[in-house]
Amino acid sequence: MRLRSLVAAVAATAMGISLAACGGGDKNDSSGGGSGGDQTLTYWASNQGTSLDNDKEVLTPVLQKFTQDTGIKVNLEVIGWNDLQTRIQTAITSGQAPDVVNIGNTWAASLQATDAFLPFDGDAMGAIGGKDKFVATALATGGKEGTDPTSVPLYGLAYGLYYNKAMFTAAGLQPPKTWEEMVTDAQKLTVPAKKQWGMAIAAGSYTENVHFAFINAAQNKAEWFDKDGKPTFTGDGNVQGVLRYLDLMQKDKVANPSNAQYDNGTKSVNDFATKKVAMVINQNNADSSIVANGMKAGEYGVVPFPAPAGAEQVASHVAGINLSVFKNTKHKDAALKFVKYMTDATTQTTLGKPFSSLPVLKDAKPVFTTDATEAATFSDIYNTKSKPLPLVPAEDQFESTVGKAMNSMFAKIATGGTVTADDVKAALKTAQDQVAAGS
Amino acid sequence: MSVATQEATPAAAKPAKKKTRRGPEHRPGLNRWLPYLLLAPAVLAELLIHIIPMVVGIWMSFIKLTKFFIANWSAAPSAGLNNYKVALDFNNAVGEGLLKSFGVTVVFSLVTVALSWVLGMAAAVALQPPFRGRGIIRTFFLVPYALPAYAGILTWNFMLQRDTGAVNHVLNQLHLSDGRTFWLIGSNALVSLITVATWKLWTFAFLTLMAGLQSIPGDLYEAASVDGAGNIRQWRNITLPSLRPVNLVLVLVLFLWTFSDFNTPYVLFGTAQPPAGDLITFHIYNASFLTWNFGTGAAMSVLLLIFLMIVTGAYLLVTGRRSRRA
Repeated sequence: MRLRSLVAAVAATAMGISLAACGGGDKNDSSGGGSGGDQTLTYWASNQGTSLDNDKEVLTPVLQKFTQDTGIKVNLEVIGWNDLQTRIQTAITSGQAPDVVNIGNTWAASLQATDAFLPFDGDAMGAIGGKDKFVATALATGGKEGTDPTSVPLYGLAYGLYYNKAMFTAAGLQPPKTWEEMVTDAQKLTVPAKKQWGMAIAAGSYTENVHFAFINAAQNKAEWFDKDGKPTFTGDGNVQGVLRYLDLMQKDKVANPSNAQYDNGTKSVNDFATKKVAMVINQNNADSSIVANGMKAGEYGVVPFPAPAGAEQVASHVAGINLSVFKNTKHKDAALKFVKYMTDATTQTTLGKPFSSLPVLKDAKPVFTTDATEAATFSDIYNTKSKPLPLVPAEDQFESTVGKAMNSMFAKIATGGTVTADDVKAALKTAQDQVAAGS
Repeated sequence: MSVATQEATPAAAKPAKKKTRRGPEHRPGLNRWLPYLLLAPAVLAELLIHIIPMVVGIWMSFIKLTKFFIANWSAAPSAGLNNYKVALDFNNAVGEGLLKSFGVTVVFSLVTVALSWVLGMAAAVALQPPFRGRGIIRTFFLVPYALPAYAGILTWNFMLQRDTGAVNHVLNQLHLSDGRTFWLIGSNALVSLITVATWKLWTFAFLTLMAGLQSIPGDLYEAASVDGAGNIRQWRNITLPSLRPVNLVLVLVLFLWTFSDFNTPYVLFGTAQPPAGDLITFHIYNASFLTWNFGTGAAMSVLLLIFLMIVTGAYLLVTGRRSRRA
């Protein structure tokens, strides 16, 4: 009897909680006011500008215009990159989600697998203006191949090799066209007496590291997943690609060992902007940081991140930000209108400059820089020299396991250890086992 | 004890209401139920924030809660013991990682607890005899405990940077190193982690032992000095035995806190966390949130819970038996 009442109490409380949780899934539009016609969308934006406040300043007038045009209000929250993935994860798990959200496009296939997002099928795609308005490679990042994507491209980004023009001229060097030239140039520009290094790399950032693991392996024509979505991390091309990138610090010694502690791309970009290093490989949104740190637009040039002579000309992954709609939204039509608005030509032009992004629309011109050569270089990289990251559900695990393995290997090199091809292979084997165990 | 209160609560609320309506002559009935009524909010809160999440966590460890199912938990298939098998298969990458992390955590906890206790004891004893400025020094020692953990650890992160950090600068000025030591990556990461955790923790040991010392009667020491016992002898034969009950609890609490410390590695290393500083709670967090595999993460948490329960149980059993003998 006593036990039964105990059990009943626990069960009742547990049910109360789960019911409350379900109830929480229904969004109540407290800000919507009394009138039935009012609609308010909640929109989570990622950090694209120089700060969260800057994002808010840039987006607010754009969203106001949308409200004027359609009568739909937008409740904006800008979320930093360190929190965005966890916030999305929590939103999926709890059902307490915004209506529209920005995602890193490399997460698209992984997020699609959760089944929490609205697929852009024929109707939905039609409602936002049809798939033909997007650059095909950009749209391909929206989800797994052969499925209706659950996200559409919003801002395009690509890696480029930034170089300091004055340093190159002083050393009588031309911007590199191959990996070998890049390494030779970097060695000439590494001057310990002046505390100047050839390159800066964000060697402590697992997200940056994994991008270079991908790009360098792609230059070797190596894949990270087979057709069935099974990881193939330990192929020779993968191992050699990773080792080539590690060797910038280990064998070629063109990067300061301190870079092993650089846990985000901003730190390496700052070294470049403050003229401590001659080159940095970064996505085109580095422009705003470089200028903010005092370097003028004409002082640096950009060339594609070079592949070794004779290798595949892959200079970047198809980087960028996509836009997704949560499936449980109560305002599906309004959300689709909003996606259409954010991806139309006018809005894209308005946002392209402050967010330093490449256009994701066909026939659109890049507006992020006034430097015509730089704009042409990045457009060329984005349109012809970029390969999408693996579009498989386990992509997120690939990022964390391989990226963290590279962090550790850079740390080993920086603290005086040696990393051989066998070590790389062993580390990638561990990463592969972790991915296999998780799926 | 807690079981008794729980089983009484659900029945408690209703009869209590009825009886109040009947008037003052039934006060004894109210008095009988009042304690339970007063306890009810606490029991409910305990259920909500402790028991239920724990039960849910245990349930999660038996289902395949990967990213394919987090949007709809009820659809997640049963995993049986599979999550535990993966976590405990030490020939496999996941199990091997967990084992290594466990090893790091054991070393970290033992060293941190030992250092904190020694420092806390030394400071408490040194500050026991009254002298000018004692109050100020005591307050000063409590600063790490009063600082918000985040601010303190973040400051350590700045100080431990390789090129710009104060630690390397000072070591270099004193000609103790070339000032180019990495503190936050590689094998030094464990040293840094222990240093920061000890800095954060030792004041608690100090505070507790200081309070304990106040209850030892001064005439014991006087008698001992008359008998010719020196400071060390006094400490060993009077202070230590008198503080025994305090120490028993203190060491256990310190151990449980350090073993499940999450803030220190999380704030100190951020996402660039080195293998040498891979503490077990942080490891479990990564296993759950980075790979979106909450089932395995939950299984690891349950294993951690079981381990800590065994250690605590054994500790209480052994020390309890000794106390009874003494």
